[in-house]
Amino acid sequence: MVWDKFFDMGGYAAYVWPAFSLSAVVLLVMLVVSLKFLKSQQRLLKQLESSNPEQARETKT
Amino acid sequence: MMFHKFANPTRFLRLSIALTPWFAVLTVTMLGAGLYLGLFKAPPDYQQGESVRIMYVHVPAAWMAMFTYSMMAAMSAAALIWKHPVATLVAKSSAPIGACFTFLALVTGSLWGKPMWGTWWVWDARLTSVLVLFFLYLGYIALHNAFDDARRGGQAASILAIVGFVNVPIIKLSVDWWNTLHQPASVVRMDGPTIDASMLAPLLLMAGAYTFYYFWVLMVRVRGELIAQKVRVLQMKQAQGNQGDMS
Repeated sequence: MVWDKFFDMGGYAAYVWPAFSLSAVVLLVMLVVSLKFLKSQQRLLKQLESSNPEQARETKT
Repeated sequence: MMFHKFANPTRFLRLSIALTPWFAVLTVTMLGAGLYLGLFKAPPDYQQGESVRIMYVHVPAAWMAMFTYSMMAAMSAAALIWKHPVATLVAKSSAPIGACFTFLALVTGSLWGKPMWGTWWVWDARLTSVLVLFFLYLGYIALHNAFDDARRGGQAASILAIVGFVNVPIIKLSVDWWNTLHQPASVVRMDGPTIDASMLAPLLLMAGAYTFYYFWVLMVRVRGELIAQKVRVLQMKQAQGNQGDMS
């Protein structure tokens, strides 16, 4: 099988695939955490602005 | 000066909202092309066999570890000298991304070193200086959180970032200055790359993908920080308002 040969990576599968998959996981987690942080702050801001529209207008520039 | 235009948080916010989707698209496209060429088209190395493919995730991570740190140090300097409000946030937001790159450079390097050098780790100049870089990132993040007053924490962290920058040229030159197991530079060198085009193309594509990934995540984080600042101001005003009502 062509794919078996591909996944075997010339006998280095145990090193090549962890390197690629760990990179994918770390970068993906960083991205998701950052997006969640942004979303949570956006939600907080909206809540604060709707609960107190007058003050919100003052801080907006 | 171009740079000063973006000191205005509102202008920066508008720019970052416009740029973010482009960074995302460029990251995904270059990553797709880089992975395809790197895993399927690039030849195995005549000495290292298929293990050389680790290079396509190791080298970009290592480059970005240094690039992100340089960015963090430059922005810290701008924050200290000009009290540039966005620069502070760019530096602060870069730190965790840079720490991730450095971590990946260390671990993928280890995974490459085991089959090629026969060891996961050696305490030589290159590996040790990159480990120091990782601790500089962690120290920077810790200092930011160590003070009750966010501004003072930011100043202390900025000073660490600037002083620690001395480590970046040490990393770059460590393979020339000291005997090391790590191979010397084969792409960024005075006489041009010594690596074949079939390997250079996926490597540069992956490096491009990592670069745009950095700017993508950076924009998201800085936007989050800018909104968080607004939230803090509102919360403080509301707290004061409530106190006023009670008295």
